[in-house]
Amino acid sequence: MPGQEVSLRETYGKTLVELGKENSDIVVLDADLSRSTMTCFFAREFPNRFFDCGIAEQNMVGIAAGLAASGKIPFASTFAVFVLGRCFDQIRMSIAQPGFNVKLVATHCGISVGEDGASHQSIEDLSLVGSLPGFTVIVPADAIETAQAVRVAAATRGPFYIRLPRPKLPLVYNEDYRFNLGKAVTMRSGKRATIMAIGTMVTAAVEAANNLAREGIDCRVLNMPTLKPVDEVSVIKAATETGAIVTAEEHLEHGGLGSIIARVVARHRPVPMEMVAIKDTYAQSGKPAELLQRYGLTAKDIEQAVREVIKRKEW
Amino acid sequence: MLLSEMGNSLPKASADNVSAEAFSSPVAETRKLSVKEMEAIAKRLRRHIISMTGRAGSGHPGGSLSAVEIVTALYFWVLKHKPSDSCWSDRDRFILSKGHAAPLLYATLAECGYFPVDELTSLRRFNTRLQGHTDCLLTPGVEMTAGTLGQGLSFAIGAALAGRLDSRKYRVYVLLGDGECDEGQVWEGAMAAAHFKLDNLVVIVDNNGQQIDGWNREVMNLEPFAKKWQAFGWRVIEVDGHDLAQLTQAFDRAKLVKGQPVAIIAHTIKGKGVSFMENNPDFHGKAPNAEEVEIALKELE
Ligand SMILES: Cc1ncc(C[n+]2csc(CCOP(=O)(O)OP(=O)(O)O)c2C)c(N)n1
Repeated sequence: MPGQEVSLRETYGKTLVELGKENSDIVVLDADLSRSTMTCFFAREFPNRFFDCGIAEQNMVGIAAGLAASGKIPFASTFAVFVLGRCFDQIRMSIAQPGFNVKLVATHCGISVGEDGASHQSIEDLSLVGSLPGFTVIVPADAIETAQAVRVAAATRGPFYIRLPRPKLPLVYNEDYRFNLGKAVTMRSGKRATIMAIGTMVTAAVEAANNLAREGIDCRVLNMPTLKPVDEVSVIKAATETGAIVTAEEHLEHGGLGSIIARVVARHRPVPMEMVAIKDTYAQSGKPAELLQRYGLTAKDIEQAVREVIKRKEW
Repeated sequence: MLLSEMGNSLPKASADNVSAEAFSSPVAETRKLSVKEMEAIAKRLRRHIISMTGRAGSGHPGGSLSAVEIVTALYFWVLKHKPSDSCWSDRDRFILSKGHAAPLLYATLAECGYFPVDELTSLRRFNTRLQGHTDCLLTPGVEMTAGTLGQGLSFAIGAALAGRLDSRKYRVYVLLGDGECDEGQVWEGAMAAAHFKLDNLVVIVDNNGQQIDGWNREVMNLEPFAKKWQAFGWRVIEVDGHDLAQLTQAFDRAKLVKGQPVAIIAHTIKGKGVSFMENNPDFHGKAPNAEEVEIALKELE
């Protein structure tokens, strides 16, 4: 039921087990974090098809490529910093260039990792993976979307990156929700501006829109679970119909959702934009809520950005 | 002459009947050539490498020439493969991790019949299937896209694990440069292959002693190299990497090893076969000019 807090990682782990039962070509790799990424469920169920590579992520990525080249559907998981941060070259040459059917599912993304601090907070991963030709990039907003995105990734050839957070997130969907690859999801309709959000920021975006509505500012809210390839049609439509856009993401401003939307908007329908994102800095230890507040990633920040952006509207 | 083996002793293959034994091998999908025939092919491959890189005006002759016998032994003795069907799922895999030796692999694949020998002249040209470094999407017979060093062993482990999961009999061979073994990922792979007990996996190190900035021992000492592989849990066989009889024997012995992967350390000479390229780091990544091509081809007649 919407609002209920559910772990995306746990959902990922359980979905892998279901997939493993349905398809014997599904194999899973981890790098000594299977109890955190929740691939441990699969390991327990299918020990022969689970490969713990130890604390050797570059090797894990290469092994996944070799498995995919031989017809397997490998899901490789660890924390986001350890896969994209550490293995960019391996992902680029061993997976992206040959376009292998490898699914990288990274957990502990963004600053909501919390107390572990800056070393463990992946705020560059979307920029890195988004730069790789042929990669599909998905940032689910809740557990229901996670389960479906993982299934779609398994059923769709080619390299995928799925980004999951550490904390549980409130459900934003009902069980009857159907994830459509490459499609934005309208969470709320509105005319004055559009808020586009991903992952942990979707709930904040909806909350911001509800608060703004009480001020008489009526906003559209789009969840953009497929970051790449982005739903250009919905973006252009939003720019045309609402004339202003605010993006919200738990990532650096550079190279994430805001940058991707700005590229579409600048080319097809220039309108004023604001980006709610981390501003060219590293964060620190703290409780997720403290960090989200300190680095400007709350509903209040989105509301403020909307008030700013509509001042610059042409109509 | 080197043909020493570290670790437990293996049944001995006798050097004199190597050829006969191989012809009777039940798994052979491709005809095994005699050492003499392979020597002739090795010479042709060297000529191709010189002509190709000379014509392209760039490329890596040194590390291609050093591995000629290794790759010849693989394609004309060891591998089960079908040049007419490069995607045959039971093929043995050869993974060139040191992707800069692409000219050698292309020349070999062409000689096997994967594509016309004429096509070798297109090396590194615009719109060619023969890219500067290997690209598995473009070239029939190329298993792995390579070029940034250190990644082939991990890929090979994946292929070997998949083979085991599917109970396929294919074997996986991966060629590493010795300089390449500076990369930490190689040792991550070394640890993992032994951990997973991959006895369907063979590493061959083209141990020519050189990398770009000079000799391994000066740039980054690898020694004791064989002991490192052994300590990581590998069966190690050392051979003269220009001696086809030793190489074929080593590969045959590797097949008998159970429960662990095998590393064949092939002692070679960078630039082998061309006097002015031998042990000359200048020809690591520089093509011969027209005059040098002529001299080299004369030496390789
Ligand atoms: C990751 C990476 N770093 C650097 C290079 C540049 N590079 C190309 S070949 C080479 C030397 C390789 O030495 P070795 O593995 O011994 O190959 P060989 O001498 O057999 O050609 C280097 C440093 C590269 N291709 N990849």
